[in-house]
Amino acid sequence: MNQVTARKIPTEEPASRRFIENLRGAPRRLSETLFRTGRPRSDRSRSTFVFGNVFLHLHPVRTHRWSLRWSTTWGLGIAAISCLFVLVATGVLLMFYYKPYPEVAYLSIKDIHFVVPTGRFIRNIHRWSANMMVVIVFLHMGRVFYTAAYRAPREFNWVIGMGLLAVTLGLSFTGYLLPWDQLAYWAITIGANIAQSPREVTDALGVTQWFDIGGLQKLILLGSEEVGEEALIRFYLFHVMILPLVLVMLLSVHFWRIRKDGGLARPVDADKRLGPASTDVYPVFTEAPQKTYSLAAVVIGKSPLVGSGPEQTVPSMPHLMFAEAAVFMLTIALSVVLALFLDAPLKEVANPAVPENPAKAPWYFLGLQELVAHSAFMGGIGIPSIVLIGLALIPYLDRETEGSGVWFGGPGGGRLVVHSAVFGLATVLIIEAFVIRFGWIRQWWPSMPQLMITLINPGTLLTALYAFYSLWSLKKYNSTRAGALALFTCFVCGFVVLTVIGTYFRGPNWDFYWSPTQWPGH
Amino acid sequence: MTIDARPTTVAHSRLDPEAMPRRDFLGLAAWWSAAAALLFGFLGAMRLPKAAVLPSPSKKFKVSLPASLASGQAYIPGGRAVAVYKEGNQVYALSTICTHLGCIVKATDNGFDCPCHGSKFAKDGSVLKGPAPKGLPWLEVKHAGGDNFLIDEGKTVAMGTSVNV
Repeated sequence: MNQVTARKIPTEEPASRRFIENLRGAPRRLSETLFRTGRPRSDRSRSTFVFGNVFLHLHPVRTHRWSLRWSTTWGLGIAAISCLFVLVATGVLLMFYYKPYPEVAYLSIKDIHFVVPTGRFIRNIHRWSANMMVVIVFLHMGRVFYTAAYRAPREFNWVIGMGLLAVTLGLSFTGYLLPWDQLAYWAITIGANIAQSPREVTDALGVTQWFDIGGLQKLILLGSEEVGEEALIRFYLFHVMILPLVLVMLLSVHFWRIRKDGGLARPVDADKRLGPASTDVYPVFTEAPQKTYSLAAVVIGKSPLVGSGPEQTVPSMPHLMFAEAAVFMLTIALSVVLALFLDAPLKEVANPAVPENPAKAPWYFLGLQELVAHSAFMGGIGIPSIVLIGLALIPYLDRETEGSGVWFGGPGGGRLVVHSAVFGLATVLIIEAFVIRFGWIRQWWPSMPQLMITLINPGTLLTALYAFYSLWSLKKYNSTRAGALALFTCFVCGFVVLTVIGTYFRGPNWDFYWSPTQWPGH
Repeated sequence: MTIDARPTTVAHSRLDPEAMPRRDFLGLAAWWSAAAALLFGFLGAMRLPKAAVLPSPSKKFKVSLPASLASGQAYIPGGRAVAVYKEGNQVYALSTICTHLGCIVKATDNGFDCPCHGSKFAKDGSVLKGPAPKGLPWLEVKHAGGDNFLIDEGKTVAMGTSVNV
């Protein structure tokens, strides 16, 4: 009742004097209020520091020792986000000078390369981080798959991961279009025509004039019928605004789910495998808990943390944060070193009359280019969709629990992975060798309906054989995990082999050559 | 009262559904109308990026064939993806945009080669090899007097159609 008047106003000191004292004490008070709970000096204050800080509170207060082993994750998730940080920083810098308009765009990249202070270095870092991010995201996916970390309750986070993979590739694609050089121009042309390739099917069925999804996609992507200024500004918009927004949104869910799904996956017997903690790690609670679990009343069922005590966990600050900082530093160091020695490429200015010969996409799309060289729709849309959906469904089709959190865990294990790799490599190599030597349906019977080739081409054949092998492994080992292991390993083999063939063994007119030295002059 | 202690109702059959309380009905109606409004708003907003006026250059152009053009040799008008041929007194034109993914094919002695994904076409534009789903389209050509011809890239004609000079 009397609270307003209860605060005693000290009368002995004049306000002017208190003002001077406050002014003198301001720096100290400022540094105290910078951290909501004071400077983090003890275990407890470090914990409150972590969950009281908006930038750090995605971290758990304590981290299981299993999650901190290098071999659990190889730090790949943190490496990927490190690349993203670098990309955002360097990307914003590049936007100071880049002008998204045909020809002018090319000149602005030249300016960045030759005139802008540190421009060349920043562009190189941007380019190398982007390449590293693609590699790391693939490796991260492989890590999560081979340690069976996609299983309950983490199924949906794996699906989010598929979305992140697609957005990462989309960002790479829209990114290398911006310099408006020959690579950019013909990549937009090919990309837009892939978007239009459902016409391959609608044309074959004779329904294009009523249902032209392909044409609509191309129109929305290019904003025109031709590749020009409208197309460039759209790809720029996708690159700097739309896709980054989608990426950040998906990433937030991805991180949030890691916490909510109980941290990283670990085997049931992780505690036994780890043994007791060494004495210089102090994993024990030295102070009695201050909080009561008022939320417990609304929690129904099994939360990931129910039944697991604080044993074998260490404070995230500093242990987890040291590990993250180390990965962050390593990633940046690698991109900086690459950027110092290897320049980002810039070809001749775009020439709409003459494509390069061969016109090659960046390495991570050359596997797709190899597939597209058999059928535009199947290679560009059909098979990538089947693969993405197939991968996304894995956690829902494999609900076993054996081998979770262990490398190559599950029935069959490493031996099955080796067998699948042999099958995967052999199949893709035989099919490719056959096509290169003998050609395909169009060469044998030029009048064959297109629908036949869309349905039966080397890409679809490969996909079908991989699916068949996966089902065969599933039956043989009587385990859905075995089927998943076989499928994923085959996918990796196919991806790698097609990429290597596209990168090193394709020359002018997309013909096969053992080495670029054999390419004919032109 | 704990959550488990909440009274549970007996399940009704689909033919004899439980009467929906007015509040629930209104609540659901509010949700669905909000969702429908969002959907229509989104679709309306998507009208914007679908351009109504396309800034494409005119597809019709005039070309005058050089007198020195040999029979069966391709003449490529500057800035156009078209190959024009003159054989005797017949003139015809083919598009050089690959029907696969839109690269510009190169006229060779035997036909056309695509540099991007290896499609090969015969002299008459039909597919010989590779992923192209269709042959190269023949384009409408009109004689405009002398060595001048009007070509319309937007109009395809049947294979083998040519104009008399």
